[in-house]
Amino acid sequence: MFYREAGQYKTSYEADSAKFPIRQDKWFIWFYLAIAFIAIPYFGGQFFLDAIMIPFLVFALAAVGLNILTGYTGQISLGTGAFMGVGAYACYKMTLAFPDVNIIVFIIASGIFSAIIGAFFGLPSLRIKGFYLVVTTLAAQFFLEWAFIRIPWLYNYNPSGAIEVPQREAFGVIVTGASASSEVRYLVVLSVVVIMTWFASNIISGRIGRSWMMIRDMDIAAELMGVRPLYAKLSAFAVSSFYCGVAGALMVFIWQGAAEVEVFDYNRSFQILFMIILGGLGSLLGCFLGAAVIFIFPIIIHNILPPIWAIITPWTMSSSQADLVAAVMIGVLIVTFLIMEPHGLARLWAIMKQKLRVWPFPY
Amino acid sequence: MLKKIILGAASIAVAGSMYTTTPAFAEDTLYIPSLSYRTGAFAGAGIPISNGYADYFAMLNARDGGIGGAKVVVEECETGYKADKGVECYEATKGNGALVYNPYSTGITLQLIPKAPVDEIPILSMGYGLSAAAIGEKFPWVFNYPASYWSQMSSILKYIDSQGGIKGKKIGFIYLDVGYGKEPIPLLDKLAPEMGFEWVGFPVAGKDMQNQAATWLNVRKERPDWMIAWSFGAMTPTAVKEAAKIRFPMDKFVGNWWSGGHADLEQVGAPGKGYLAANFSGIGTDFPALQDVIKHVVDAGNSKANKEDIGKVNYNRGLFNAVIMAEAIRSAQAKTGKKGINGADMRLGLENFVLDEARLKEIGLEGFTAPVVGSCADHEGAGSIFLQQWNGSDWERVSDLIAPMTEVVRPLLEEAADNYVKEQTDWKTQSCG
Repeated sequence: MFYREAGQYKTSYEADSAKFPIRQDKWFIWFYLAIAFIAIPYFGGQFFLDAIMIPFLVFALAAVGLNILTGYTGQISLGTGAFMGVGAYACYKMTLAFPDVNIIVFIIASGIFSAIIGAFFGLPSLRIKGFYLVVTTLAAQFFLEWAFIRIPWLYNYNPSGAIEVPQREAFGVIVTGASASSEVRYLVVLSVVVIMTWFASNIISGRIGRSWMMIRDMDIAAELMGVRPLYAKLSAFAVSSFYCGVAGALMVFIWQGAAEVEVFDYNRSFQILFMIILGGLGSLLGCFLGAAVIFIFPIIIHNILPPIWAIITPWTMSSSQADLVAAVMIGVLIVTFLIMEPHGLARLWAIMKQKLRVWPFPY
Repeated sequence: MLKKIILGAASIAVAGSMYTTTPAFAEDTLYIPSLSYRTGAFAGAGIPISNGYADYFAMLNARDGGIGGAKVVVEECETGYKADKGVECYEATKGNGALVYNPYSTGITLQLIPKAPVDEIPILSMGYGLSAAAIGEKFPWVFNYPASYWSQMSSILKYIDSQGGIKGKKIGFIYLDVGYGKEPIPLLDKLAPEMGFEWVGFPVAGKDMQNQAATWLNVRKERPDWMIAWSFGAMTPTAVKEAAKIRFPMDKFVGNWWSGGHADLEQVGAPGKGYLAANFSGIGTDFPALQDVIKHVVDAGNSKANKEDIGKVNYNRGLFNAVIMAEAIRSAQAKTGKKGINGADMRLGLENFVLDEARLKEIGLEGFTAPVVGSCADHEGAGSIFLQQWNGSDWERVSDLIAPMTEVVRPLLEEAADNYVKEQTDWKTQSCG
């Protein structure tokens, strides 16, 4: 009833292959963007922006990167954390060398370094698949972590081995460092994520993306039809690592402000992988939904469970207990989802949309 | 059914989020967040630290009605020793009027250092974090009383020197291969030629903490005269067990102050007999202040700690952390004349408190630790440490207080602080008169 495309006629190919073919979807997306760009920075408090929205967007971008590789091209990777690290360290070295350059340029450019490294570690994918590829990407993870620890040049010989983000500006506004306001940092992350997601959706629906999906669905058939696996697989690794690298640079420069190697360890890779599995493999919307559930949900539990517990029971719940409850709930959620909806939250949304389209007369 | 569950969950969530609007704290309470890690790989150290920390303030509230008439509110936020959760806790609690943060993790400390001057909330990283923060002129908002890692290393080397000389000896340095473990390397490099010893490093990667057989084979090959450990969590018992396996003389094996908790050595037991560790907070409960904690908090059932765990190394460490903050709060109250202070007042307090022998006796901690005096220029207090030895079932203090080699450490710290500040534009420094 509310979500019905009756009367919306498509009279051209453009209209038929548009990103959002239904008019209501177009309105919705503009509505969401307006909320994200205007309402959230205006009404969201510092905690909401700094501790929830900025990391959520950073993880969503990393999930988009991994989804390109795993969801669209079918190459499972456990090197996401390390590729994020490459982006962060590249951005750090570049901005130390050229302090006056707009930091956003370097954040984007750091993806290039990550893409080169990612394509290099993607080479084995031409020969091996499945679990064996997982192992080689895990090797990339361990090797790069080792490099971040053992090459002091990367962290500028800092005795603590960490990278500290200096204060940098873009367009005359302070964007990184502790003096940068939450709103500015949020808007920078949001703009980068929105633009890059839009690019990703165009790449995916274009020739390159279709060749990725052909490789995913059946690589031999794809090869017979003229898709070159070398180009398709390596471009998927490169684009995916590019996205992860930019996410890593955003994570350190805009969100955390300083980083030790541990933030890029294999737990990070698993975290991003869980996001795309829970959100939905091969769906951009799924990246955002998955990041929200894996990252935001525990924070909500952590912050609101103890007060609720205090109201409904006579006992108090400590912060560490709430943390454990959140961990258990996330685990249960992952298992439940894999059993009840293996295609993730994105599929759930699609079902809901279908129901809405025919409501209230489902037959 | 599913619909009902989802609706129910959503309505509870909405109710909860309405309830969690920032609790208003009264004017004359002192709000201190406690970034704890009762879960995760380092909970063995994290639990007693958080307990000691909370219990001392609970004791002050119960016995004296708070500090200077203002009640202390300690709120725990679980970090699991993870940097991103630590920052989340910081963001969630700083709006409540937090006076000071004790991150208890070097990773979290490094992320909070740039935020401290902006939010005007000081950081007290007691015996961890960034060594260079000891330079008060460069880091007005960061403190690492009672000593930095470099001061501690210099004290340990002095101890080795006092046990038959260090000249011509070979020192093995086994360390957790992260920022924390690598921190003292510049000092070893600097002191090796000056004191005439040779040192070899044995890095242990974070994921190999419990798998050090290969490392100790290398130790056996290198035949060092002494071993120094910069380990944490599960790495310590593993290192001691492996050392015992290759028959390394235990009384020539010295850990730093994070490598010598009860939880670490209780798993090793008798084979660890003779193992030494640095410490700066007294062991046991034979101090009037600890007796007060037992009387007012533990026996009243308000402590999360078991009674037999009171007085253990990391419990007392957390308690000592609370003591420094309590003294700083008193000093801030005296300086500003206010009961309820804010973060900027707390910073003044941390620069001006005097915890000398007389004061230690007054608060019932005579002989517990070396005197610590706050100052504007020196944010580490160059505190002395002592060594403790594992007797197979408990720790015993075995040395007098050993002062650090300030004359060597200070210039190195200043150089490191300059390097840190050089990378930062618009860094706020202060001048100390």
